[in-house]
Amino acid sequence: MHVPDGFIDAPTSAVTGVVAAAAVAVSLRGARRELDERTAPLAGLVAAFIFAVQMLNFPVAAGTSGHLLGGALAAILVGPYTGALCISVVLLMQGILFADGGLTALGVNITNMAIVGVVVAYVVFRGLVKVLPKTRRSITAASFVASVVSVPAAALAFTLLFWIGGTTDVSIGKVATAMVGVHLLIGIGEAAITALTIGAVIAVRPDLVYGARDLRQPLKLRVGGELVDAPAPEAARPVAARTSRRTLWISGLVTSLVLAGFVSFYASASPDGLEKVAEDKGFAESAEEHANADSPLADYGVKNIDNIRLSGGLAGTIGVGATLVAGTGVFWAVRRRRTDEAADVSPTSTSV
Amino acid sequence: MGAGHAHRLYRHGHSPVHGLPPHTKLAATFAFVVVVVSTPRAAMWAFGLYAVLLALVAYVARVPAGFLLKRLLIEVPFVAFAVLMPFVAEGERVEVLGMSLSVSGLWGAWNVLAKGTLGVAASVLLASTTELRELLLGLQRLKLPPLLVQIASFMIRYGDVITDEMRRMRIARESRGFEAKGVRQWGVLAKSAGALFIRSYERGERVHLAMISRGYAGSMPVIDEVTASRAQWSYALTLPFAALVVCLLGWSL
Repeated sequence: MHVPDGFIDAPTSAVTGVVAAAAVAVSLRGARRELDERTAPLAGLVAAFIFAVQMLNFPVAAGTSGHLLGGALAAILVGPYTGALCISVVLLMQGILFADGGLTALGVNITNMAIVGVVVAYVVFRGLVKVLPKTRRSITAASFVASVVSVPAAALAFTLLFWIGGTTDVSIGKVATAMVGVHLLIGIGEAAITALTIGAVIAVRPDLVYGARDLRQPLKLRVGGELVDAPAPEAARPVAARTSRRTLWISGLVTSLVLAGFVSFYASASPDGLEKVAEDKGFAESAEEHANADSPLADYGVKNIDNIRLSGGLAGTIGVGATLVAGTGVFWAVRRRRTDEAADVSPTSTSV
Repeated sequence: MGAGHAHRLYRHGHSPVHGLPPHTKLAATFAFVVVVVSTPRAAMWAFGLYAVLLALVAYVARVPAGFLLKRLLIEVPFVAFAVLMPFVAEGERVEVLGMSLSVSGLWGAWNVLAKGTLGVAASVLLASTTELRELLLGLQRLKLPPLLVQIASFMIRYGDVITDEMRRMRIARESRGFEAKGVRQWGVLAKSAGALFIRSYERGERVHLAMISRGYAGSMPVIDEVTASRAQWSYALTLPFAALVVCLLGWSL
């Protein structure tokens, strides 16, 4: 699913590049929380592992074979932030060194595979693990379902980007059917391999599987025939991952709004589907002008600038800027509140 | 799709292109690809000129055409996609050799093929004239977050080690009579992948301990600072500027 250059138009690539950069920044922060100062070597080695395992061929039948994409696997094995980070690094290196996936399409590739793939897989996985009984078998089952869902989700994200900024007017329905159909099949294979691999790791080193942290039992000692909790406290696991996912969601939401608002205008010069239908069916006249219709940025253009492209671009840039400011504000506020909370909690949970 | 990267990428040489500081080359490649992508697809001649520009760079860098063409094969999956496009796209249709093809689909296929190929060729030229370690230094010079560069450098450094480990596991499997024929053998392969993960992770832990014992405190020392003179920058940026001129001509004509 490595998208080459020229597949998605320049504005969409630029916006996804910004989204990808923001996501990589967030996951760098998160990975440092998951791995503290061991981040560089461990994330690097996990990235090397992902890179190698993508070359491991799984024969399907008579000559055909497939290979892992690794998004769900990375998310479950090392956690969502480190997972997304590792996949992004792999994509970056594949783009620069192996010309696999275009340089300008790097943002698109990271958004699809590293962000959508990993986040969807991990959210589904966590949800299932919460519901299912706490056994190894349910971890394996949850990782199966997570990868079955995540691969078509990444394909769907690609379809969405193609719809917004694709350079060809293949009907979106056809692209969606083809992409999701093919990737449903790929997803089943991916899921089987991911579940088997997770099962193999859990059997040997369950402590290495990030997604199986809940399986850990506190150490018990048998004192005089009775089970007593061992005195040494468990090393406190970083609990921060949960709250900062919210910031990830918020920034994702904000950026997707930008994508929808700004880039879709660029995608085609003709009015959008609804407006077209409205014109055809003649109910456009009845539509009331929006309350902001004479604001300086109305109709995605800057007033008094006649060149459509320039004015649209300007409006887009201003929009992105404004959203960025708003997004950063939200991010900052949430982060600040979280550090306050952390400060409240920290005295009680001293880590070893 | 990301399969089979076992070939060596770098081509040793002493050409002027090899000698340029890595960050100037990275910036030039990226700028070139951006310019190519933003060229209107109707300006067919512009893409021809871009190809000539790249061929000039390849000539100056003494990268043989055969090497370049072989590496271009990586885009074959997308060529297949592009070939399908004229058949499935909407819009008015033309008759070519008895087949009904969509005009916009043909344009789309041309667009993807031309821009994709030029992008791949540019990255191939970059990778074959720049050493891996230099590329990482270049990324660092271009102000990528240091942690990200460190992760990438560990990935590059240990990528071959891990791949070799995987190869040894395959040899061990095969020498015990294992043959992957179909779905039924997935269990064994997945166990190998699991073992590979454990080995990689544990190697990471060992590497970290080794680094700590050598005084690692969160950042890597930069031993050889690469700097670029104005002349080197302007030499490297000749390519994207030439491309920009072509692009502007393409928009105005």
